[in-house]
Amino acid sequence: MSRNLIIGSLLTALFILLAAVSFVWTPADIETLDIQARLQTPNATHLLGTDHFGRDILSMIMMGARTSIAVALVAVGIGMAIGIPLGLLAAARHGSLLDELIMRGNDLVFAFPSLVIAILITAVFGASAVNAIIAIGIFNIPVFARLTRGAALPLWERDFILAARVSGKSATRISVEHILPNIINLMIVQGTIQFSLGILAEAALSYIGLGAQPPTASWGRMLADAQTLVSIAPHTALVPGFAILLMVLGLNLMGDGLRDWLDPRIRVVRT
Amino acid sequence: MSLLAINDLSLSIGDTPILHDIDLTMQAGEIVAITGESGSGKSMTALAIMGLLPHGAKPSGNIVLDGADILQTSEPDLCRMRGNTMGMVFQEPMTALNPVQTIGDQVAETILIHEKTTKAEAHQRAAAMLERVGLTVSPKRYPHELSGGQRQRVVIAMAIVLRPKLLIADEPTTALDVTTQARILDLLRDLVREFDMGLLIITHDLAVVADIADKIVVMQSGRVVEAGTTAHLLTHMQHPYTKSLFEASRHAVSLPDTIQSAPMLNVQNINRDYPIARQTLLGPRPMFRALHDISFQINQGERVGLVGESGCGKSTLTRAILGLEDVQGGQITLDGDPVFTGKHPNLAVRRKMQVVFQDPYSSFNPRHRVDRLITEPFHLLKQPPKGQARQDAVAKALVDVGLSPDDANKYIHEFSGGQRQRIAIARALIIAPELIIFDEAVSALDVSVRAQILDLIAALCRKRPLAYLFISHDLSVVRRVTDRVMVMQAGKIVEQGETETVFSNPQHRYTQTLIAAAPRLPDLGMAV
Amino acid sequence: MIRYVLGRLTSLIVSLIVASIVIFAVIEVIPGDPAAFMLGVNARPDTIAALRAEMGLDQPLITRYLAWVTGLLQGDFGQSWTYKTPVADLINDRIWVSLPLAVYALILSTLIAFPAGIYAASRRGDAGDVTIMGATQLGVAIPNFWFAMILVLIFAINLRWFSAGGFPGWGDPLQAIKALTLPAIALALPQAAILARVMRSSLLDMLGEDFIRTARAKGLSRRQALWRHAVRNALIPVLTIIGLQFSFLLAGGIIIEQVFFLPGLGRLIFQSISARDLIVVESVVMLLVFTVIVVNFLVDLAYAAVDPRLRTKA
Repeated sequence: MSRNLIIGSLLTALFILLAAVSFVWTPADIETLDIQARLQTPNATHLLGTDHFGRDILSMIMMGARTSIAVALVAVGIGMAIGIPLGLLAAARHGSLLDELIMRGNDLVFAFPSLVIAILITAVFGASAVNAIIAIGIFNIPVFARLTRGAALPLWERDFILAARVSGKSATRISVEHILPNIINLMIVQGTIQFSLGILAEAALSYIGLGAQPPTASWGRMLADAQTLVSIAPHTALVPGFAILLMVLGLNLMGDGLRDWLDPRIRVVRT
Repeated sequence: MSLLAINDLSLSIGDTPILHDIDLTMQAGEIVAITGESGSGKSMTALAIMGLLPHGAKPSGNIVLDGADILQTSEPDLCRMRGNTMGMVFQEPMTALNPVQTIGDQVAETILIHEKTTKAEAHQRAAAMLERVGLTVSPKRYPHELSGGQRQRVVIAMAIVLRPKLLIADEPTTALDVTTQARILDLLRDLVREFDMGLLIITHDLAVVADIADKIVVMQSGRVVEAGTTAHLLTHMQHPYTKSLFEASRHAVSLPDTIQSAPMLNVQNINRDYPIARQTLLGPRPMFRALHDISFQINQGERVGLVGESGCGKSTLTRAILGLEDVQGGQITLDGDPVFTGKHPNLAVRRKMQVVFQDPYSSFNPRHRVDRLITEPFHLLKQPPKGQARQDAVAKALVDVGLSPDDANKYIHEFSGGQRQRIAIARALIIAPELIIFDEAVSALDVSVRAQILDLIAALCRKRPLAYLFISHDLSVVRRVTDRVMVMQAGKIVEQGETETVFSNPQHRYTQTLIAAAPRLPDLGMAV
Repeated sequence: MIRYVLGRLTSLIVSLIVASIVIFAVIEVIPGDPAAFMLGVNARPDTIAALRAEMGLDQPLITRYLAWVTGLLQGDFGQSWTYKTPVADLINDRIWVSLPLAVYALILSTLIAFPAGIYAASRRGDAGDVTIMGATQLGVAIPNFWFAMILVLIFAINLRWFSAGGFPGWGDPLQAIKALTLPAIALALPQAAILARVMRSSLLDMLGEDFIRTARAKGLSRRQALWRHAVRNALIPVLTIIGLQFSFLLAGGIIIEQVFFLPGLGRLIFQSISARDLIVVESVVMLLVFTVIVVNFLVDLAYAAVDPRLRTKA
């Protein structure tokens, strides 16, 4: 195991732990406002200080980790659950009209950056964490579909697939039995990368008010609140920013480490 | 003074020793061939002479080329020598050229790198050299517009445009068809005479060696085991490895006689068309006819060969026979039933056929164990054996191909190339098919391993009457393992008949060309 | 070559048509009556009816779609409900902030990424490579809007080199470019990190190719082989990423505009969303998607310029 994998996994585990602990305990209740204690710099009572309402920033980071992880995880899940089967199907029917349709559909989704999808969805249904998940999830579908197809196509040229066809196996069966196990590592690695992109996207959407709505805590919202305070209380902007940075860095390091560990030939796509 | 003198060259990469005490000398105008099986260190020797060793390689000894010791020469000086004093031609012409530059630019670059001259002048000389190596296309073409043989000519032009004293050719014809190979070898021979340069050719193909070389160097696991002039070495070989190598490449296989029997596979007037890229934007897609009115039969227990060069339609025919793709005319039947049955394979027909592929490294799913790999054809059976019966079948199949029943629990990466081909044969045999297609099944193997696999096939034939279609570009192998042979050219079967008759008295022009082009080992009269 | 361009052009037009249908349909599926939606719960029925007629909502769907698309083609984006002015004017006022910002950022990103990626690849494994790769690892992980805030904190608030936000207009181009500099850097650096990584790995792939060995055998030094043979081939995957990045920069600009209070499309779109001014949302989204599709078309043309194989295929 490489240093990347160890550091990355530790960082990721730290945030998952923070999120998990927040279900049973946080240092302070984030729903009670204490204007007296507002904008405190880090101290013994508030390890990471307080915001403009006097809420404990550490507690909000813990609650925000929950939102970030939940949104990004579900969005990656959507991308994988729909994208991988589509990619397998396109590869199995390579050159057919179906393949063409799937790939053109992917291109089309790529023309809508996730933020634009989020804008459309918010314009229609209003802003919420669920809509953020859908927007990021939709964007993840073509990422996985393309990657799957790209990895599956050369496999279909391999003789062992021909041998399976000679044994009378159907395209679906070959996809599940032979193709999928050979690309799953690649998917896991790409999944980590997409997870980290999901964290970033969720933060961005919340920052501009298209993601999780109050009272749900979110790192992006914390930064939005901190924007006007950055000159008088820099820690309100620095802490959530570093939370995002470290979580994303952790996931990326883990992804790179996993790639080297699972299969050095894997190449991830990062956009 | 010799042109090239290698003394005590040893080399290791990390802690792995690759070469041991290599000695070799050659003169200007001489053709020296280094031969040996994969892993013998022949390519590494070539790279050492070029000063292009991979990162981390630690050489010792001397390589004196034209008075300069390569191992002591600085990298900038080596750059001045490469392309100028020594040039190199590589095995794979398809990837050896930069895809985004014209061939003229790439040849001219050799000149521009080494000489102060104008671009126009360099391009003129490049064009002249391209013509000299027999290329008839414009220097403004890109590599992807050329065939493999043409690309190899470009690579040769690049290497010799400055008339280097030494040309190294690493398996220069291995990736080429036999007729192209003959022409490239002729070209190299001519160039050596014309430019009075030394040619160091590296090849695993002993027939090529015997054909072209003045001197032969045989290598095994990083050592030179025997060296000498071609005439002397071929008649007086001393080292057991050399002997076994030559024995293996002319290895005779004792096939049992065939018994007169009923027709089994019947291929009748089939055509196979592929749509290709449109010529006009909205016009209909033109068709390419890959198989043209093919007809033949294979009887029960009959061993039939199919020879032809790349792109002649051999693989397309394989797929059609296996019922993987439909044909556009005619019919293929096995025991009277059509082999192509659309979406749902007709198991009754499919289970009578199996196939063994060329590449032992891509024929198996790397994530499955041998047990699962070789039982895949059980999918074709209505009631596949289960439990103990299945284990017995696996064990028997492995033992039949000379492996151990314990191998069932291993993964494919634990096996060598030859063992993998045995496993491929076990997979083909496990449901006792009536017909096996060997699709270039021994082409990727070293000669000694190839001889073993051919022996295995003969042994299997002795056990039970086995019919096969043996597809290969290698005429000498086909000649040894088949009763009847078909010659294919551009989607047509141009000649078929008894193997010995066709080889000794070919009727069709193309067959004659093929046989004439194939390099042959001379009769050695050696005591093995 | 002509066939290739025509092929890409066909696919460009098809993409645009499908994208317009998707955007139109998404806006159409809004539950309830858009006119009532816009006017709020207390609106009188006759006001709603009047607005419906004004918006053309009493027409059939297909007529409305065609009217919208015909309008778009003629530069008529419709009338904004909240601003009471043509959407085209609204966009025209703002696009000259958003588009230059995206292009500025793309140029910065490329200027940083190419040298960094090439340097790292040519010195694989040594200290320079490790440092650059470490920096890109950080760059990839930084949220650009947060990075923007940090830049404001350092360069605007503490050092006072730049103003913290706002846009003086293009009257004085130097001042305009200065106002866009911090936003462009904030947008560009994370993208540059990604691009540098792609450039490096693409180059390393190319350096392992056979034709590099051929070039070395001709007498080219490692560096010459890299510049003359690897870089142009490595550009092919890099171009794809540049194309994708442009859409990210354009969309990302929407967020960065918020940080720097820039009067661009981002501000317009958020105000329109909160005012439920759907015609504006629809048009701006269409414009963004149009730009992305056109940029991808240009990338396809660039492929053909780099790769002769595409020119002769179909």
